[in-house]
Amino acid sequence: MSDTSAPAPAAAAPAAPEPGGAKKDGSERWTQTLRDITGGSAMISILAVLFALIVGAVLIAFTNDRVQETAVYFFSRPGDLLRAVGDAVAGAYSALFQGAIYNFRANNFLTAIRPLTETLTFATPLIAAGLGVGLAFRVGMFNIGGRGQMLIAAGAAGWVAFAVELPAGIHLIVAVLAGLLGGAIWGGIVGLLKARTGAHEVIVTIMLNFVALYLIQFLLRTPGALQAPGSNNPKTPAMLSTAIFPDLFGPRYNLHAGFLTVIAATIFVWWLLSRSSLGFQFRAVGQNPRAARVAGINVKNIYMYAMAISGALVGLAGINQVLGTVTTGFGAGIDAGIGFDAITVALLGRSKPWGIFAAGILFGAFKAGGFAMQAAEGVPIDIVVVVQALIVLFIAAPPLVRAMFHLPTPGTTKKPKIRVVKAHKTNEVVAK
Amino acid sequence: MSTITQSPAPTPASAPIVKATAASRSWKIPITLGGFAVLSLFLFVLLGRGQRGELSTFRLSQARDVIQLPAVALPTFITGVVVAIVLVLLAALSAWMVYRRIKIPIIYSILFAILFLVGFLAWAASGSTIPVPGLLIGTVTLSAPLIFGALGGVLSERAGVVNVAIEGQLLAGAFSSAVVASATGNPYLGLLAAMVAGALVAMVLAAFSLKYLVDQVIVGVVLNVLVIGLTSFLYSQVLAPSKNLNSPDVFPQLDIPFLSEIPIIGPVLFRQTIIVYVMYFAIAIVYFGLFRTKWGLRVRAVGEHPQAADTVGINVNRTRFVSVTLGGVVSGFGGAYFTLGAVGAFNKEMTNGMGFIALAAVIFGQWHPIKATLAALLFGFATNLQNVLGIIGSPVPSEFMLMLPYVVTIFAVAGFVGRSRAPAADGKPYIK
Repeated sequence: MSDTSAPAPAAAAPAAPEPGGAKKDGSERWTQTLRDITGGSAMISILAVLFALIVGAVLIAFTNDRVQETAVYFFSRPGDLLRAVGDAVAGAYSALFQGAIYNFRANNFLTAIRPLTETLTFATPLIAAGLGVGLAFRVGMFNIGGRGQMLIAAGAAGWVAFAVELPAGIHLIVAVLAGLLGGAIWGGIVGLLKARTGAHEVIVTIMLNFVALYLIQFLLRTPGALQAPGSNNPKTPAMLSTAIFPDLFGPRYNLHAGFLTVIAATIFVWWLLSRSSLGFQFRAVGQNPRAARVAGINVKNIYMYAMAISGALVGLAGINQVLGTVTTGFGAGIDAGIGFDAITVALLGRSKPWGIFAAGILFGAFKAGGFAMQAAEGVPIDIVVVVQALIVLFIAAPPLVRAMFHLPTPGTTKKPKIRVVKAHKTNEVVAK
Repeated sequence: MSTITQSPAPTPASAPIVKATAASRSWKIPITLGGFAVLSLFLFVLLGRGQRGELSTFRLSQARDVIQLPAVALPTFITGVVVAIVLVLLAALSAWMVYRRIKIPIIYSILFAILFLVGFLAWAASGSTIPVPGLLIGTVTLSAPLIFGALGGVLSERAGVVNVAIEGQLLAGAFSSAVVASATGNPYLGLLAAMVAGALVAMVLAAFSLKYLVDQVIVGVVLNVLVIGLTSFLYSQVLAPSKNLNSPDVFPQLDIPFLSEIPIIGPVLFRQTIIVYVMYFAIAIVYFGLFRTKWGLRVRAVGEHPQAADTVGINVNRTRFVSVTLGGVVSGFGGAYFTLGAVGAFNKEMTNGMGFIALAAVIFGQWHPIKATLAALLFGFATNLQNVLGIIGSPVPSEFMLMLPYVVTIFAVAGFVGRSRAPAADGKPYIK
């Protein structure tokens, strides 16, 4: 293998400017996107959330039975339709708020605040996996392998937690370490293959997702491996109490100490990226692997370390699932799509540790509130997925949001971009 | 392992494609073949010892065929030993060829794979019968959406726009085809709707990546999430309550006269639904269009070197937009397979990651329509092989059979096509 093949032929590697690409736009494209995402004003974020919620409201209104009934006689009594729309949207979003943050219908404060702790519980694995995906983004790699890394980590941590007997405290630590190791290995394979053979990380992570899924399915139905003894279900036994994350605020709330590990992970990633030598190399490779190599950085090793750490962080999400949220034994669906949600969390968090932390909490709130909304108002939780996707889409395209709300163009860094859009328009006109 | 491959040229302009020259030796193929040879020794000889005296029967005809071929019965163990020895010899020969710097033709690897497969089938089916036509018919059927998706991906990526949104295009096609076919009672209108839906998703991808210059991978991922959310939401809100919007007619199997009576090939290729027949044309048209027409030359030009294309008067962004949209049309059509070609009713997330497999097929197939089709067929074959072996009983746990295509892909990506290169400007917006 030649050194130059290190930035693999990229179908989808966002940040790997390839050898021989159109140099200027190639290498600057990702940094431009990153600059847009990281440098965009808070206003853009707020507007994006607002606009996504408006689109969600439209969808809720359109599919509401009462709205459809009143729409039939809109011209005779328009008030009915407007009232129905208002009721549907307000009902759904107020249920979302009550399910996510503060239930003002509760009798006392301790019950009323419970939704907030639910939000944090849902946010815990999202933040962990988001940190992993975001770290890979910063090194110029796209980790879609969250599912596989979570499953392997969950399998490793879960096995230690139910099959090995250790004193309390040590048991939990050993289980967490086993899970981290599992995730790191599953992620590390990707980095290793990318570094040594140039295999594209997008393909390898997708493939490893399936490999992990089938591996875990096999172990789950094999007695003596992960399957609960004396059972035919593909499910593990319950975790031993010594290996479970303790509840943070007592049994009344689901929030567990896993949230603390996620805070620690966020601090760790922040320290790694902005205070450590390794993190500097990570960012250098992410910005421009060729320049990094010229500067004496071993790009191949960086890919391996980054994917291993990324895998471990995503694995932490799996660990939190089995040792914190679902402690009564798990099946092959334990990842619950978090590996994919993490991609949107990382994008919304702009691949920065604290941004991901905030984005994870926002998406956790949507998740917690979505369930409440589904139960209370009958609005399917899938609307939350739509809103989340729209938020990321709008945040990723600041020119679009600015155009929609007639915002001024901030900063000099955006200037070339706008000129480009204009040039494109004039180009079209000329072409016509 | 570590040999010197040719470094890519410094700029695409001077030398866009630098093939590995004769001066380099890549040991990847011998190593991969050797790995499979050792595996075959282990499986067929070491594990196959217990099968001495048993027969593996390959049934070559279906009961309704006019021309009946006799079933072939091979002695399991002897076949295994012979195949294993031949495979070892072939692997050794490939090593010798690499040593003597003789280029290993692709047919060599294909031959090796087929031999391995014969040995594997004989070993797996010891004492029972493998219905070869059934195995292959299912392969073509199961590959159909993958092939459509891969063709759509090829069209888009050849023009220089990374298409991670294949999953979304398939799902949108599946959803709209089910709804329109049910509402109108005409499945052909359903096909049309599927194409429109796929095109719409592709247009959003194109608009965001070409006009707003958002990173194409981000848009693709977000679009997938958006389509999953939208279709799931509408399914729960609209389709589930009223059954008559989600009960389309399924296309019947159409036998082509005469052609369908050719032994083996007839039933496999010419006893399919109309969707599969369209697929044959789609493969031919995409291949012909990309490589034999002026339009195709332009598409490839804007994908490889947009600046040069622009210089000679090709409207880069418009060519890209059209090509991406066409890709969406093709992928969307493939989405109709899920509903009108197979199940009938739409279900939440029914594409189940097939779009990502199609993406892998695009990259595995080196962005070439025919090779991508072959890669997609490989995935279809492996899926169906698992189904067939699940019925006749396989010596290996079914999960490992299911894992096989993904493991093979990882090997292949790391071994054979590690150096495959994307269109040079893939993923990079063109800025004048």
